[in-house]
Amino acid sequence: MNNIQLSYNIERRDFSRAGEASSNIKKALRQLGVNSATIRRVAVATYEAEMNIIIHSEGGTIGVTVDVDKIRIDAKDTGPGIENIEMAMKEGYSTATSEVRELGFGAGMGLPNMKRCADEFSIESSKGNPTKVSIIIYQ
Amino acid sequence: MNLREVKQLLDAEVLLGEESLDKEIKTVFACDLMSDVLAFVEDKTILLTGLVNPHTIRTAEMMDINAVVFVRGKTPDEETLKLAKETNIVILSTKHILYTSCGILYSNGLCGANLVTR
Repeated sequence: MNNIQLSYNIERRDFSRAGEASSNIKKALRQLGVNSATIRRVAVATYEAEMNIIIHSEGGTIGVTVDVDKIRIDAKDTGPGIENIEMAMKEGYSTATSEVRELGFGAGMGLPNMKRCADEFSIESSKGNPTKVSIIIYQ
Repeated sequence: MNLREVKQLLDAEVLLGEESLDKEIKTVFACDLMSDVLAFVEDKTILLTGLVNPHTIRTAEMMDINAVVFVRGKTPDEETLKLAKETNIVILSTKHILYTSCGILYSNGLCGANLVTR
């Protein structure tokens, strides 16, 4: 089987459409017959990535590659980058505004939660540069 | 317990999904922080919250939560209800505060949701 690729553009500060990409990814995986526990892990990871791109970045993309044995998620943005990745990975640490917190987000759980859902997790970022998060979840 | 009993116990109004009230539920999770729902919930559970916006519904959708109870008499706007309809999520609204709502359900045998241990 060839792998199946999905890709979604995410606009910065586009709160009204937040979650649409993750919802579409979830539906696509269901149609492909992926088991529900795996789908949920992918859904949480993509939703957190989507919110992060909307809240913190200048915009970006979420790509999902479905293979027979694994699902790969690539979330990329165009900046402005994370100054301190170690802090960003800490549960409870957040640079989100009060506006974002009022929506129920910005609790500093995004990146740690993505990592929790992942079998393999990597993040590349630095101040003034794009951020790239890659996640692999085995089926 | 099914959603019909939850509705009766909380004296709640059904805003969406009257036809799905026979759905069986086993556990409850309650909070206003959607990040925590995404981080901690493992079960297919119901969500009690005072946070009324489309993100609550999106979060429920991601977690396969098929019923949301809005507390403190809050009612969602049209956009939120539309999304709930699209995603087949039952919406109830109760005048009780979160603490009281949880107390009522707990004392009638509903336990808290199992949390992620991964």
